[in-house]
Amino acid sequence: MSDAKLVPAIRPEYELQPRDAGLIGEIERPLSIAERVTNQLWVRRLAILVVLCVVWELYARWVNNPLMFPTFTDVMKALYEAVFKGPLVDRTLTSIRVLLIGYACGIALAAAFTTLAVSTRVGTDLLSTLTAMFNPLPAIALLPLALLWFGLGIPSLVFVIIHSVLWAVALNTHTGFMSVSETLRMAGQNYGLRGIPYVIKILIPAAFPSILAGLKIGWAFAWRTLIAAELVFGVSSRSGGLGWFIFENRNQLETASVFAGLFTVIIIGLVVESVVFRAIEARTVRRWGMQR
Amino acid sequence: MDTRQDRNLPAGGGGAVSPLLDVKDVTLQYKTREHLVTATWRVSFQVHRGDRFVLLGPSGCGKSTLLKGVAGFMRPVEGAIRLNGKQVDRPGPDRMMVFQEFDQLLPWKTVRQNVLFPMLTSGRCSRAEAQDRAQRYIDKVNLTKFADVYPHMLSGGMKQRVAIARAMAMEPDILLMDEPFAALDALTRRKMQEELLRLWDDVRFTVLFVTHSIEEAIIVGSRILVLTPHPGQVRAELNTHGLGAAEADGETFQTLQRKIHDMLFAQRIEEEEKVAAHV
Repeated sequence: MSDAKLVPAIRPEYELQPRDAGLIGEIERPLSIAERVTNQLWVRRLAILVVLCVVWELYARWVNNPLMFPTFTDVMKALYEAVFKGPLVDRTLTSIRVLLIGYACGIALAAAFTTLAVSTRVGTDLLSTLTAMFNPLPAIALLPLALLWFGLGIPSLVFVIIHSVLWAVALNTHTGFMSVSETLRMAGQNYGLRGIPYVIKILIPAAFPSILAGLKIGWAFAWRTLIAAELVFGVSSRSGGLGWFIFENRNQLETASVFAGLFTVIIIGLVVESVVFRAIEARTVRRWGMQR
Repeated sequence: MDTRQDRNLPAGGGGAVSPLLDVKDVTLQYKTREHLVTATWRVSFQVHRGDRFVLLGPSGCGKSTLLKGVAGFMRPVEGAIRLNGKQVDRPGPDRMMVFQEFDQLLPWKTVRQNVLFPMLTSGRCSRAEAQDRAQRYIDKVNLTKFADVYPHMLSGGMKQRVAIARAMAMEPDILLMDEPFAALDALTRRKMQEELLRLWDDVRFTVLFVTHSIEEAIIVGSRILVLTPHPGQVRAELNTHGLGAAEADGETFQTLQRKIHDMLFAQRIEEEEKVAAHV
């Protein structure tokens, strides 16, 4: 180590004039069509689906056991039959009706719980305790009890769906409200907002990313609970749901139709996720820059 | 009209005029998890119409807490805050606040909707008038081109300008600014200070401005309340209406800056000596 202090070399100064843009070449260039096509999410998803279907078809042909593992084309045929000649559309509508009733009730209850939780400390404690207790409890485990209380029929199904939706939505909404920044709260109060208008105009939009996440989780929970419940007790007053359709066909060893039923469940799930929720996301949280 | 000349005039018309904001012997306390902190102790000051009144002090002198008290977010434990003779007891749109944080804008509303929102929710004016005012103030802060974009597409300085436009469009009795330029880079900050002064020249609003920068206080303010920390107490009240960014290199500006610096700094040295003596 030398004792001399480090002195940076002194270099001459210079100034330059900015060049003409034409000299630099392309500053901005549109993407090629291939790049733009592959930038679309639905194109990439569709490609994955096509590959999966091809793999399925090839494997099923190689196994060659229609009872255990029907081919993709067989399933599509069964689906076509069930939709246009069979009861599939009816069954699906029944399921969706029950699902929507349960989902709506669940959200309403969750809203009530969350309102209680944000307005009082006892409410907060109540919500967190109940959520901790009931969130891990599979809704389907309550089905025997529901059957005892409400009998065979829609009320029992709605009960278990409410259970599966309520806690997920309430928990997420509450977390969302808690994480609204202090500045935003003060800004809202500064405008003279109080009580319900304050919750509707400030807290709900500000917590919307969490609320939406809760709604999505609630939707998935509700859907799987419903199908499982229908599998267990199936038909009530002659109108069964999708779960019943699957169960019925398995009993008759119509494996392709079982697959067709499962396929319908998946398709509805995909549509709700990638059309309904995505549209809501695009119009809200993405547009507002709250989510990328 | 020579605005420059005009800005140099002393604010208010002498002692006879009743103050717009009267803060009298205000003690403010807040609770943290472990402590009850006294943020200010018996602070008194008066703000007159048209003042650019600055609360200046180092961190911990309770200047932000004081502003929150005036805004109505906190109630004084002792003393009274009166606006136009009426006791302040809750937040309200007659005292619009501009916060330091950029996230004070509602992210789900465009610039224009953000400016409109408080006017419409407080029912201060009709939709047509609100539209008109929003456009006027958006123009005033030079954001005409950005009126219909969402806040997340704006830079920090632009967001603060929206917040200022939003507060000013309400034409509140007093504008409260809590270190509004502290999170900006130095160049933008200087520009924003000039813009604020230009707006003041134009509209002549009353502003209560909090900062910890002595330089900013002298540039922005027409009168400075110097506060000392732990707990916040009034150290001095000074006139700075003749001094702006243009005078920053002048003798008066420099002397004043040094004077305030000594006021705040001497105190701190004494305190540190006291602490050292205890140890």
